[in-house]
Formats: sequence, structure tokens, C-alpha cells
Amino acid sequence: MPVEYLKETPSQTGGPYVHIGLLPAAAGLATRTQENPHILSGAGERIRLTGIVYDGSGHAVRDALLEIWQADAEGRHNAGDFLGWGRAAADAETGEWMFETIRPGVVRWRDGRPQARHISLLIFARGINIHLHTRIYLPEEKEALEADPVLRSIEQVGRRATLIAERTDAVDMPTYRFVVQLQGDAETVFFDM
Amino acid sequence: MAPLGDIIRRDRFGHPPAFTPQYKTSVLRSPRRALVSLEPGPSENTGPIFKASLLSPLDNDLIRNYAKDGEAVGERIIVHGKVLDEMGRPVPHTLLEVWQANAGGRYRHHNDSYLAALDPNFGGAGRCMTDAEGNYFFRTIRPGPYPWRNNGSDWRPAHIHFSVFGDAFAQRLVSQLYFEGDPLVPLCPILGTLPDPAARERLIARLDMANSVPFDALAYRFDIVLRGRRQTFFETQPEGL
Repeated sequence: MPVEYLKETPSQTGGPYVHIGLLPAAAGLATRTQENPHILSGAGERIRLTGIVYDGSGHAVRDALLEIWQADAEGRHNAGDFLGWGRAAADAETGEWMFETIRPGVVRWRDGRPQARHISLLIFARGINIHLHTRIYLPEEKEALEADPVLRSIEQVGRRATLIAERTDAVDMPTYRFVVQLQGDAETVFFDM
Repeated sequence: MAPLGDIIRRDRFGHPPAFTPQYKTSVLRSPRRALVSLEPGPSENTGPIFKASLLSPLDNDLIRNYAKDGEAVGERIIVHGKVLDEMGRPVPHTLLEVWQANAGGRYRHHNDSYLAALDPNFGGAGRCMTDAEGNYFFRTIRPGPYPWRNNGSDWRPAHIHFSVFGDAFAQRLVSQLYFEGDPLVPLCPILGTLPDPAARERLIARLDMANSVPFDALAYRFDIVLRGRRQTFFETQPEGL
């Protein structure tokens, strides 16, 4: 018999009222409203991420909850005062979501090769039984994207583009748009890791 | 700092698949393509570290943390347990967030229009951090079941949603806790998304009389297991990368 360890607690959907616990202000709750976890403060170049999540019929997922995790401007996790984590709710009317953060530095892969600059993204929602894990890559560094070990592990070359945000500058700071397709021909790549 | 060991691969048979048509919303919200398997790297083996100063003193007391002119109405309970990883190691100082309906099954959320009344003294949101040994507890009222638009009028069993971080983003977990003995549990299409009966059992909190407070609150015990870390033996170059 192989060695048995404890079994991970199973996932269940976050449900439609996920905001009550994770972003009370988005549920209409007057508690902890001072918290704005979609704004990440830290040293570095400010950037904005916007996006929307679509279901398999092309409709916006208006009850999605998103979390990001990223390195600081020097490519370090859990260094200094930069929390590196953020949380945002899709707008209940439009499904649009937004983060403000800093441009992440380069993080090395397991074997020391540099990865392209990226931000990890988790998606939780009603109808999603276990959260979906993807990455947002920034589009400017073409050579780094070409060499990125994680992007290169996606066998269908055409699917890699689903992880690269589009630059849509606003006046105040570099802005990127990342559209997630949960299902269908242009389905976003999701990872098991 | 020594490199952290990798988070152990997720056993997805112990989790619900994405496409579970008896839970209708999953039909259009489930990817049709396979997940892309990757070895975890530094972005997956690390995760946010929350400071204890994030918490307010009443954050883990849902009976009182939204009180206006009295305490929340309902069956007073304590929910407690330990957060462990698959290797059996306690997960200390990690953030646990919970949310739930009130005693009548009504959520304090602008999208919930169920006719059961709101409780003016109950918000339904709480959070706590595990202690140095991985223990947590919160105090609340037992939530009521409620109907939802799925197959005709399905009813959710009494449940408390929870979210936990661990110390790696790959350990992130959101799930739901159910109560021992609830006859709605075997009928629930959401719990039924789990194909393995043993996995469903792992989401049932057990009545814990030893930790109940006489003349005040019953207790339920609910342990949470996050993905483990393996030791760092060898680094290999993954095939094809």
C-alpha cells in the first residue's frame, strides 16, 4: 500500500453571496468598508489592471470575485511592506473589475531561467466549483514572453495569447485589459499547479 | 532562506469537477479544455502574509459583530477546529474568513430577495486567524436552510462558507461547512458535485459536546486540511520545458 497522508478539504463554490465574507462593502454591508483590497500599495511603477469574465454564452459573470498575487518591483515575494495580494469584485451591473498595483519585477523559474513579468489570478464565483487559476502577462516584453517557461508549457501555441493582457493606456497610469473566457473557442488557459 | 518545498499536487478526484450539470450554473461557467499542468514555481509556493492587526476584536463573533440593539437571534454555536496540511502539520497564523445566512436562511446581500426576514443584529461575516498551533474558533448562530433557483426549488442545507489561505497561493481554498445530521445534506446538488462520498464527509462539522458552553452555546468541530509541502530532494528539469 502506498503511504497515506491527510486528504485536502474539498472545494465548494463561493456562491452568489461570496462578497458578504470577502468584500462586505460589495454586498452592501456597512462593515470594514474602509478596506480597499483592490488597491495594492508599494514602491514601483503604478499600473492598473481592468477586465471582465465571460461565461460560455458570452455573458459577463457579474458576481465573480478575483484575487491576484504578485512579486514586488524587485521580483521578490513577501519582501518589505508590499503585501503582493489583492481582491476585487466584478461590478454587479457590468461585470467589470479593476486592480491598481505596481509593475511586478522578474521572478526566476525553478531552474533559474527568468519568467516574463506576470501576476497570478484566481477566479471564484457561483457556478465555479473549484477556483480557476491563471496568469496575467504584460505584453511589452516580446522576447521574455517568447522564452517564458510557463507559457512554453502550453502545447497549443495559439492558446498562449489568452494570458497576455492588452495595453489600453489611460492618462494617469499604464493600464492593461485582461478578458477571461471561461468556456468556448477562445477559452482562457487555466492551470493545475 | 532555504527554498520552500513544493506544494503537493492536488488530488482533483477529491474535489468537484468543473462541469456538474445538476448544479445548473456550472454548465456555462466550466472550462471545456483540460487544465494545463505545471510544477509549482516561486509564484505558487508563496502567498500573502496577513498581519494580526488586520483583525478587530469582534471579527470572530458573528453574534455581536453587527449588533445594533441586541444580539443575533438563533441557535448559538461555536465552530472550532484546526487547520492542518496534508502532512499533518498545523498551519499557524493563517487567515480564515466565513460568511453565512441568518437563522431564517436570509443573507444580508443586496441580491438576496428571499422572503425570510433579515435580522437587524446579524451581518453574517466573520474572520479569524489560526493560533501558533493552527487552532481557530468563531462564535455565531446556526444558519437556516434556504431555497434557490436550481431544479424547481432546491434547498441548501444549513451551511457556512469559508475561505482559507495557508502560506502558498497554491493552497488557497474556498469551501462550505455543513452540519452533522442535517437531512438536507444528502439532497444537496452543490455538495453532490463531489463524486467521492468520503470527500463529502470531510465537509461535515461534528457536534462537540465537550467544547459546548453550558447554558450558552453548542459547539461544532471542523478541521480543515490544506495541500501539503514535500521536502526538497532534487530539482529536475520538467520534461519538454
